Amino acid sequence: MTVTLAQAINRALADAMAEDDRVLVFGEDVGRLGGVFRVTDGLQSRFGEQRCFDTPLAESGIIGTAIGLAMYGYRPVAEMQFDGFSYPAFEQLVSHLAKLRNRSRGTLTLPVTVRIPYGGGIGAVEHHSESPESYWVHTAGLTVVSPGTPEDGYAMVREAIASDDPVIVMEPKRRYWMKADVELPVTAPPSSEALVRREGTDVTIVCYGPMVRTALDAAEAAEDEGWSLEVLDLRSLSPMDTEAIVASVQRTGRAVVVHEAGRSLGLGAEVAARVQEAAFYHLEAPVLRATGFDTPYPPAKLEQYWLPDVDRILDLVERSLAY
Amino acid sequence: MSTTQLEEPTRDLSEDELLRLGLYRQVVRIRAFEERAYRLFMEGLVKGTSHLSLGMEAIAAGFGEAMRADDYTFCTYRGHAHTLARGTPMAGVMGELLGRASGVCGGKGGSMHLTSVEHGAMGSYAIIGAHLPIANGAAWSAQVRDSGQVAVCFFGDGTTNIGAFHEALNFAKVWNLPVVFVCENNLYMEYTAIGDVTAVEHPAADRASAYGLEPIIVDGNDPDAVYEVAATAIERARTGGGPSLIEAKTYRHGGHSRADPGQYRPDEEVAAWLERDPVPTYRARLLADGLDEAALTEIETQAQADVDAATDVARAAPPPDLQAAYTNLWADGGSSWRN
Repeated sequence: MTVTLAQAINRALADAMAEDDRVLVFGEDVGRLGGVFRVTDGLQSRFGEQRCFDTPLAESGIIGTAIGLAMYGYRPVAEMQFDGFSYPAFEQLVSHLAKLRNRSRGTLTLPVTVRIPYGGGIGAVEHHSESPESYWVHTAGLTVVSPGTPEDGYAMVREAIASDDPVIVMEPKRRYWMKADVELPVTAPPSSEALVRREGTDVTIVCYGPMVRTALDAAEAAEDEGWSLEVLDLRSLSPMDTEAIVASVQRTGRAVVVHEAGRSLGLGAEVAARVQEAAFYHLEAPVLRATGFDTPYPPAKLEQYWLPDVDRILDLVERSLAY
Repeated sequence: MSTTQLEEPTRDLSEDELLRLGLYRQVVRIRAFEERAYRLFMEGLVKGTSHLSLGMEAIAAGFGEAMRADDYTFCTYRGHAHTLARGTPMAGVMGELLGRASGVCGGKGGSMHLTSVEHGAMGSYAIIGAHLPIANGAAWSAQVRDSGQVAVCFFGDGTTNIGAFHEALNFAKVWNLPVVFVCENNLYMEYTAIGDVTAVEHPAADRASAYGLEPIIVDGNDPDAVYEVAATAIERARTGGGPSLIEAKTYRHGGHSRADPGQYRPDEEVAAWLERDPVPTYRARLLADGLDEAALTEIETQAQADVDAATDVARAAPPPDLQAAYTNLWADGGSSWRN
């Protein structure tokens, strides 16, 4: 069966709602419309307005409501309509969702799933194309995952909803229409395990979310140059599977990290730090980063120039190999 | 065009008639611009998304005519109309929609972030509620400088449910700021009926009393009515009378944004509002009140010519230089230290 990432997540939500009455889906336009990306399509008609409902435009209120529902036994799945719209909810996400368990000495359990379509590549502009994952990763108390395949879209959302901890699912919106031949429901390894998507011997490409496809394309193109790239999909950004990263770099001796988010204090910085801490003597070259620039997300006409692509990855691969 | 116009005696227009022709010029220009913008989207010339004010022109028009040249406008991502209504040249606005270097933001703002400080268009804000506190700050500066300037802040019905709306209204009242908050209630918060997600019937007016403000509701499809409440509220703000909150009832002719056909709206509701289209209804009223049809036709012809010219300029303009991505992040004009 051919399934898109959006359809896989939709099915994950539906299956979770069917299995557990405590699962509630809400956000801006998720009910009647079915979401701006149709990820929640059909959920309201199937499960009713008590289980899948439209909220006011008030992201702080949405996350605050989710926290309260979770305190009282529900498993809310809240959608932030676009990455940039999550900032009004920043205070709720960082100061409350992430910290209430700790603050209450473990007495409050918040099984909240926050879905955030993120990243660029769809010709939208700022607020609609951003990659804010570092904010969440930097915040202790939040699990942060990002699917790079339809299979992971299904499995990670199911895992997030089943988790007793808050999970932020960063959904690569430009890959919503990416297809896979898969039978749902599908199982996958726990998201805390990074997966080698393509084996290689020369350079490890560390990636996640929207850049998994790009990295695989780069690995394909690299064959023409005679370079063998290993593509490691982090899957979970927090926690991060350091062991898998280190194991791969120990095999290849080189690493290029790829993400859409800006370079400074992006995930690439963390990966590079962990690699040099754990595999310093295996490194043949510095860990390099193919990222978005440290500028605000650009207008649509400059987007393709701004986003990391196959060429930017291969340029860094070449630099790494030449070191 | 009327064939009898030459036989009619020429007469001087009254002040009121000149004002109403000005209002008509505003609604016609905005309508022509938005229709062209829609066509250009369909041609794929506009990247990103866009939000049109088709059907809602009378609000920007009424306020645009009532504002002083140095007053401040703050608006939302649905802000083509408000930016144009301040006299921002069409070519610059069209160029911005097309992402060209000739745009008012050099192609870096796009449809949702139109800004023209020299025309008092102090930015279009694409995060709900973000600009209400900012408008307060601008108003406060005007108060401190005793400049007599007024900030007019436009937003949609959905904004009334976000915290910033409530914070801003309280601040404005506490500080007696020269700010006019204008809620354009087009009945839909993006794709969801505002009534489905709001505790009160009138999302702005029913909240006014909580902040010591008078509840004001106006027919947002009637340029005369909008002008009257705008002029009153602006005068109040300018003379130290403090803030106002105005709810203008209106309707989007189209969907929320470019890709939205708006099919969640009942057919009969859409039909009823199309009957109240502000452009033809205002035209008919002006004719019934004795204004010369030739004057109206001339406004319409000129508006189309202006849109054509703006489109030509925008189409011919180059995209921003790639280096534009690196400019204007910091005060020195660049984007170092990190890139």
